[in-house]
Amino acid sequence: MTDIFDILFTVGLWSSVLRIATPLIFGTLGALLCERAGVLNLGIEGIMTFGAMIGWLAVFQGADLWVGLLVAALAGALFGLLHAGLTVTLGLSQHVTGLGITLFASSFSYYIFRIAIPAQNTPPTVEPFQPLDIPVLSDLPFVGPALFSQTAPTYLAIGIAIFLAYFLARTPMGLAVRITGENPHAAEAQGVDPIRVRYGAVMAGSALMAVGGAFLTLSAFNSFFPTMMQGRGWICIALVVFSTWKPGRAILGALLFALFDAYQLRLQNVLGQVVPYQIFLMMPYLLSILALVIMSRSARVPQALMQPYRKGER
Amino acid sequence: MKKPGLNRRTILKSGAALGAASLLPAPMVMAQAPIKVAGVHASPVENAWNSRLHVAMLEAAERGEIEYVFSEGIAGTDYARAMREFAEQGAQVIVGEAYAVEREARQVAGDYPETRFVMGSSGKPQGDNFGTFGTWNHEAAYLCGMLAGKMSQSGVFGAVGAIPIPEVNMLINGFRQGVDAVRPDAKHLINFIGTFFDPPKAREAGLAQIDSGADILFGERIGTADAAKERGIKAVGSLTDYSERYPETVFSNAIWNFGPILGAALADRAAGKSSGEDYTRFGLMKEGGNDISFVASMVPEDAIAPMEEVRAAIKAGEFEVDINFDEPA
Repeated sequence: MTDIFDILFTVGLWSSVLRIATPLIFGTLGALLCERAGVLNLGIEGIMTFGAMIGWLAVFQGADLWVGLLVAALAGALFGLLHAGLTVTLGLSQHVTGLGITLFASSFSYYIFRIAIPAQNTPPTVEPFQPLDIPVLSDLPFVGPALFSQTAPTYLAIGIAIFLAYFLARTPMGLAVRITGENPHAAEAQGVDPIRVRYGAVMAGSALMAVGGAFLTLSAFNSFFPTMMQGRGWICIALVVFSTWKPGRAILGALLFALFDAYQLRLQNVLGQVVPYQIFLMMPYLLSILALVIMSRSARVPQALMQPYRKGER
Repeated sequence: MKKPGLNRRTILKSGAALGAASLLPAPMVMAQAPIKVAGVHASPVENAWNSRLHVAMLEAAERGEIEYVFSEGIAGTDYARAMREFAEQGAQVIVGEAYAVEREARQVAGDYPETRFVMGSSGKPQGDNFGTFGTWNHEAAYLCGMLAGKMSQSGVFGAVGAIPIPEVNMLINGFRQGVDAVRPDAKHLINFIGTFFDPPKAREAGLAQIDSGADILFGERIGTADAAKERGIKAVGSLTDYSERYPETVFSNAIWNFGPILGAALADRAAGKSSGEDYTRFGLMKEGGNDISFVASMVPEDAIAPMEEVRAAIKAGEFEVDINFDEPA
């Protein structure tokens, strides 16, 4: 039985947690930014898939890994522009539009991938991001190899979370985003243009989602499969609720989910003979639902979430 | 209204055919026109399993035996429609996978009695035109296990699978039996990732097994070998040849060849026999349906000879690898 707890004190577990969490952190921050401005973006699953494809494709065509991430971000922003055009300017249903974008972006990824890469035996590869040892910190016992020997995008994800927390809480632009998500009419009265703020937030948020997808093909793995997103985007949508729309807690939520996942993979090896593997696979989701129930009691939903803003309309 | 019998077009066609035939030397007239085969792939053809079907059909097309057209990445809800479209277009043989659409696929076969279907399936064949096949490369996996057993330092062997369906179980069990044959004290680890298409997750599962002491990984799923590569240990591939993708890491592969199954189905058609057959047995090693491929320079020399002995015995029908559909624990 002690094995079950010993796993929690292994370096491998914790370094795995950060790797699994990274795409979720990007995606959750992206969805969070959209929602703080009042727009639900269910295009996330498709936008992540597209980011995974286009970022990988750019690198495969010879671009630098960072350029690949940038290309993914730009493509994500374009999908954000589409989503904002439909939901902000035209005021269409955010649910339906988002799901439509997911369907479109997923299929479009496959289409471009197949046009660019003829069918082959196994998908072609790129040379992915290599783990980056942070000087001094990575030499620390236990914590060093677990937390400070990740690939660069993982550090970027955490940096962006810190920046976003500061941006939303401490800057005038962040205040404009928040007030637009709470009461766009009040924002307008303060001289903030809610339409522009929402466009900006949705585009930036979608860019983050796409970078999260690109992490999977440029760091966690080195090839693109059209179906590889496997619901990560939907998990991010749930994590936004878990985070109560706060970037710091978004990291916490992503890490917690990743911890459950990394833990269950290891538990399968210890308890596999006793407990059916399906229980383990369910675990991250079950525990996340439980955490969601507890956390969301104190959640403060952006009051104008999913309400289109029309100037002068009450 | 379509007029029965001759019309202008058929007369023109047959005239052209006669004209062409008279120009050709006699034996060519006797030769069969290539059979029109359509592949209906639920996944992209890069998916290991589909790639084996795809490659076998491309090769048959290159030899002039078939004319091959295909469609890939077809959702379950669209699958029956795609089958019908190919049947309407005049495909004579349709190759695909019925796993997610067992009932619908059989309905389509019932509606197109002239078309023959050769489908990957967990069910039984049906009627005269719906043949099935399973994916049996457990014999090759056994041989890979024999090599792996001699290569491990720690004696711990990991395997990462998708979902414990019978064919996946049989494969992993085959590998384990091979390991146990040369290393009775071996310890086995297993992870199922619950999906067929999540290489980053397969990689995490592989890393978890390495953390638990495994130093040989059997990759039922792509992504497993990436974990092995990262930690500098060795891995075994399945279905297709991964040695090129992971040089220095993948030392052997349990290759599955679809060619013999396709060949048997085409032969039944040519002979006018029913195709309502279970073609799985043509995946056996003695039929050329599966085999080991390995990189000799990566394998200890004393491991090869015993493995080759068993390989020859399997091919000669003197040795049978147990078929064990139970979920490996």
